[in-house]
Amino acid sequence: MEKNEGFMRALKCRECGREYPLAATHVCEFDFGPLEVVYDYDRIKTSLTRESIQSRAKSMWRYRELLPVANDPTVGLQVGFTPLVKADRLAKRLGIRELWIKNDTVNYPSLSFKDRVVSVALSRAKELGFTTVACASTGNLANSVAANAASVGLRAYVFIPSDLEQGKILNSLIYGAQVIGIKGHYDEVNRLCAEIAGKFGWAFVNVNMRPYYAEGSKSMGYEIMEQLGWHIPKHTVVCMASGSLLTKIQKSYQEFIKLRLVSEIDFKIHGAQATGCSPITTAQKAGLDFFKPVKPNTIAKSLAIGTPADGFYALKVMKETDGSSEDVTDDEIRDGIRMLAESEGIFAETAGGVTVGVAKKLIASGKIPSNDSAVLCITGNGLKTMDAVNGHAGYPREIKPSLREFEAMISEEEKAFKG
Amino acid sequence: MPKKVRIPTPLRKLTNNEDVIEVTSGTIGDAITELQSRYPGIKERLVDDKGEVRRFVNVYVNEEDIRFLQNQNTPLKDGDEISIIPAIAGG
Repeated sequence: MEKNEGFMRALKCRECGREYPLAATHVCEFDFGPLEVVYDYDRIKTSLTRESIQSRAKSMWRYRELLPVANDPTVGLQVGFTPLVKADRLAKRLGIRELWIKNDTVNYPSLSFKDRVVSVALSRAKELGFTTVACASTGNLANSVAANAASVGLRAYVFIPSDLEQGKILNSLIYGAQVIGIKGHYDEVNRLCAEIAGKFGWAFVNVNMRPYYAEGSKSMGYEIMEQLGWHIPKHTVVCMASGSLLTKIQKSYQEFIKLRLVSEIDFKIHGAQATGCSPITTAQKAGLDFFKPVKPNTIAKSLAIGTPADGFYALKVMKETDGSSEDVTDDEIRDGIRMLAESEGIFAETAGGVTVGVAKKLIASGKIPSNDSAVLCITGNGLKTMDAVNGHAGYPREIKPSLREFEAMISEEEKAFKG
Repeated sequence: MPKKVRIPTPLRKLTNNEDVIEVTSGTIGDAITELQSRYPGIKERLVDDKGEVRRFVNVYVNEEDIRFLQNQNTPLKDGDEISIIPAIAGG
């Protein structure tokens, strides 16, 4: 009997097209190209319609046919379907007609978009018989692996740069995960994990499980289209660490077009990085199709990947969609965080500040025309990177519990507010 | 004392499943040629037609990416450890 692989057909090398069985493996033996899941779209078309999607629970798994698990998912069933917020007040500040925030700061359970990729990777890891899961992480992924593994009793090892924000470290430890701090930057953590993954029989979500894991990001794009009333946004701004999310947003739009769930339009995907770690935007702005690795130095630690695995493909997506890119300084990142918080009541982590800051620049330069509409992908929660804004958001004023003292303090402000 | 090259999983079919190979060459470029002489076919997996290290291959000497050193001209000294790692990982 043929093995049940759900709607998946095979793993296929993006470079040479060689096919491989649907195992825990991520690179082609011949050219080291990335392996990607191939689906049976003809079969998907018969079961995935707007009606079938809308009849299902409000989670990322309502697009289950397009996610790489053979059977029903077993980890992270409540992940996704985060709010798409119409951001009129921020639109005004950035000078654009219409703006939407895809708000993954409130993704379940660990408050970042990484819950999407992890629920896929761990569901698939369980199907393949793994009992230990692991990852190389700049923080959010470690939090998500730790939380989701705990929820189903998998053993978890998470590897992080040892100088991460306290919030991100505690948010992995609390779930009982084995947290290994590496004295080095993320690229060094990643290299070590690639070597560990070759030696230990673990499911490393972003190494040997990467073909499955990365597909989870597509759900963010599916949700955006459905929440816009089955439309592709004209402009999407996405922050880039490895560049994987940006490439998967494009893939999600292309798949919905292929399945006739949305109409085809010319959409542009724009990339955002921090100036202190901008290998992809630097290459994009110079018109190159390859990037030069850098040593990161930015407060946006979740984006601090100097050798981005999907940098080459992210550049390709921006070129194909006629998108552009920008990068922003640490001060501009903090301004971006504050703008989003003050105008929309959404507290994003540093990566969100990067996306807002870059959107502001792209609108100002006309690369996103002011009479258009754009979606900003906000990927993580500000409560996890408080170190970055501590001291930059003002301080509380202290007074005695005295009405007279309060009135004296407030009178000038009340006049100004009413005036 | 020779230098050690750690071989990644996708290349171990070529090295009879050896995961560490010892070489005596003085640079990364020469070490790749030395590997080829002992394990024919390995060089074309690592470098392209123009002789450049392939886009999806990262090479490290003692944990440092050779692109931050002198690429294939990076000198090797006794006891150095070289890692060959698929670039597609992480993030």
